[in-house]
Amino acid sequence: MSARQDILNAVRAGLGRKPLEPAPPVLLAIRACEAQERIASLLRCAGVLAANTHHACSAADAREYVARAMNGRTAVASNAPFLRECGITGLANVRTGITDREELRAVCAGAGCGITSADYALADTGTLVMLSSLEEARMISLLPPAHIAIVPAGRILTGLDELLTILPKPADRTSSMVLITGPSRTGDIEQNLVRGVHGPGEVHVVVI
Amino acid sequence: MPTAFNEKISQTLGNQKLQLALYAGTGRLVEHRKHAVAEERLPEYQELRSHANALKKHTIEHLDHYLEQLEANVQAHGGQVIWCRDAAEVSDFVLDLAKRRQARLIVKSKSMTTEEIDLNERLEHHGLEAVETDLGEYIIQLRGERPYHIVAPALHLTRYDVADIFQEKLGIPNETVIEKQTMIARSVLREKFLAADIGITGANFLIADSGAVVLVENEGNARLTTTAPKIHIAVAGIEKIIPRAQDLGVFLKLLGRSATGQPLTVYTSFLSGARREGEIDGPDEFYLVLLDNGRTKLLADPDKRESLYCIRCGACLNICPVYRKIGGHSFPWIYSGPIGAIITPQFLGIQHTPALPFASSLCGACAEVCPVKIDIPKVLLDLRAGVKEGPGKAKSDWLERLGFHAFAWLMCHPKAYALMGRFSRLAPLLNIGPLRAWRSQRDLPAMPAKSFRQLWKERG
Repeated sequence: MSARQDILNAVRAGLGRKPLEPAPPVLLAIRACEAQERIASLLRCAGVLAANTHHACSAADAREYVARAMNGRTAVASNAPFLRECGITGLANVRTGITDREELRAVCAGAGCGITSADYALADTGTLVMLSSLEEARMISLLPPAHIAIVPAGRILTGLDELLTILPKPADRTSSMVLITGPSRTGDIEQNLVRGVHGPGEVHVVVI
Repeated sequence: MPTAFNEKISQTLGNQKLQLALYAGTGRLVEHRKHAVAEERLPEYQELRSHANALKKHTIEHLDHYLEQLEANVQAHGGQVIWCRDAAEVSDFVLDLAKRRQARLIVKSKSMTTEEIDLNERLEHHGLEAVETDLGEYIIQLRGERPYHIVAPALHLTRYDVADIFQEKLGIPNETVIEKQTMIARSVLREKFLAADIGITGANFLIADSGAVVLVENEGNARLTTTAPKIHIAVAGIEKIIPRAQDLGVFLKLLGRSATGQPLTVYTSFLSGARREGEIDGPDEFYLVLLDNGRTKLLADPDKRESLYCIRCGACLNICPVYRKIGGHSFPWIYSGPIGAIITPQFLGIQHTPALPFASSLCGACAEVCPVKIDIPKVLLDLRAGVKEGPGKAKSDWLERLGFHAFAWLMCHPKAYALMGRFSRLAPLLNIGPLRAWRSQRDLPAMPAKSFRQLWKERG
């Protein structure tokens, strides 16, 4: 025990306080899960929540899916290199490369779709994990009425416990980590489920 | 019981429409929770509950340590921590900041803590516009009401009530389709988000080792509140703290399932301050308001301290046979149901709400569903004892004391007890004094033809 701890404990004891006990242990359990099973589980869980899902066999396949999903609408794409590599940022009507907050806000407020990658995905809940950075802005998955996420299969984790094991302190990486599990929804009027109340009501999860 | 409390209860019980809304609304949430925590879906449910309880107990017992750690970590990320003893200190801080930044419009995401301190009213009193953005909260704000339920603020309203208030306040005639009502709110509130100067949220959890605020929601309004405006203020009670980000593995699995039956809500935001260098968007300033408002008073009582473990999931409201009949607005404060019955008297002082701990049948359903295992019935009994032993109470309840003395004597004297048994056949005739009030709500069971003693004797 360090002198600091000794003295602080003595102070606390003198004041009738208990010394600091260790916190209960961290309780995280990672279930073994094969890659194929992770993909299937992610897409199944996202599908149950009414997200549209697609297992793309190639970048070209994913690109075609995105073009179909946009269905004539405009889109703003994040700066994730993975989207560029897939050729998605080259599609017609897709704006990308924006690094200015005010410009991005104006574009997002008017765009029909937001296209992002995801830093991780959680197989057992159908969740996308978005860390804010120069590559991924927060507004793209939030302001447009549709969100299309392209996830490399290697980034699919089993679940929340694996995420918290890999990222024990998300605050060290980013000011904002958001878990997205399905389309925005509300049940505030008569518990009637309505999608797209504030965030995107249409979510596409594409795994390559 | 005070008449205001009685009157509200009578009104709620007499309103058939409201009874149906309450019964159906809470019933559905009960089913969703039950499904989500079932053995086949979450085998570790009981282990998670015990662990959550141990974590909360540990954190509350060392609250000073974790608050200091939290503060240091918020500051390390460039945020500011504002310590507030009460409601006035919170609104003074927000008003002063708004003045310095020339802010006029504030968007808010649902927060029981800001409801607790009437923050909207205080801000509006000084000329600021504070708009609630959760759909249910927005509707009840238009109606000038308080939330009916911790997680479902507009549980008591129907689409027709919403149509009426939209007509009155937004000038939209007779829209009764829920999807369209929701989209109306979306477009009205989207304008507010994009124009707002400040976003105010609560916090579901404060993470000591990260200096972070965790927000759990389904609509996306909390994300918009913390992303669109340049300033984010999070207002949280000091008890919301947990030690580590990794402890979310326990709490997030319990919160969504207990509240609405969701394994994870649609959005979980883990926010550790303003945007950093290299990040494209997010607010420029972050303030964490740590609110006491009676919590340290509660902390000082080791017997009832566990009331501070609550993570506001609302499961105890849904399962409570009392809440399901008398509803949220019968309760004297914004916290309703079993959890409201134990924290309201402790926050406001038992002398203001002496009837509240008695508005329970002590059936124990609340303790069974509580994800952090608060022994609510035990705390209710402690509070009842406090009411009865409170200053000046010992003498005024002489009748009750006399009654219990007589009962104790009777139980110690078998012959007198047997004699009394015979007299008890006259009980239906006793309809006087305090018994009259008691009997007005209850029926005595019918007397059997022969007493147990007689039957026993006849058997030989």
